Amino acid sequence: MADPMKIRANVVGDSTEVKVLMSHEMETGQRKDAAGKTVPAWFIQSVTATHNGKPVLNAQWGPAISKNPFLSFKFKGGAKGDKVQITWVDNKGEKRSDEAVIG
Amino acid sequence: MRTRRDVLKAGGGASLLALLTAAGWLKPEEAAAQAWNKNAFETKTVDETVKALGGSAPAQSKDIQFVSTPDIAENGAVVPIGVASAIPKTEAIAILIEKNPNTLAASFEIPPGTEPAISTRVKMGQSSNVYALVKADGKFYVVSKEIKVTLGGCGG
Repeated sequence: MADPMKIRANVVGDSTEVKVLMSHEMETGQRKDAAGKTVPAWFIQSVTATHNGKPVLNAQWGPAISKNPFLSFKFKGGAKGDKVQITWVDNKGEKRSDEAVIG
Repeated sequence: MRTRRDVLKAGGGASLLALLTAAGWLKPEEAAAQAWNKNAFETKTVDETVKALGGSAPAQSKDIQFVSTPDIAENGAVVPIGVASAIPKTEAIAILIEKNPNTLAASFEIPPGTEPAISTRVKMGQSSNVYALVKADGKFYVVSKEIKVTLGGCGG
């Protein structure tokens, strides 16, 4: 199981700003190791964010996203105390969900 | 010559797999991975990527902006990219990097209620034009920006 994400969700004006830092190698499949063997690709393919169960962002990623990916977005509505949940799935089928309370 | 046993074996194997899939016994992760737009992420030119995402000849738009995106990136492994669209009914935003091995870096679906502005960090193999592709009300718009990558890390 991968390390937990760091999620920060704050009310800014009439919207909620969400910042996420995930922990993932994001290996491109282009790199070669010391022995000259290609390191197989290993990266997050899809990210979904929900606010109180309702989707607020769906993303599809390729291996060009940096290691330990950062993502930030804003959505309307959302009140202090509401929950924001982020889920990612990588190309090996591993997945991780974390949630944060809007502050 | 096929014996009765062979026929049974072959037929039995195939239908079992079909049954497992239909009944949802295969892991849901595999279904999610299929939803990933493999064709689009394997494209190698900007035109191909736009086509794979369902568009053609996107219009240049001044209503799309790069936000907190550098002109010169000192480290190609971590290049911050922010895209904000002021086009009404923005449904999706994609980030394309022309000179990467695969053009498409990321695509974001923006449901109603979410602001059409996202930021993330991408890898760039070399200096390149970066395109922000926006789908709004079924039409495609694009804006591009050149980002220079200095791998030496000395900012020169």
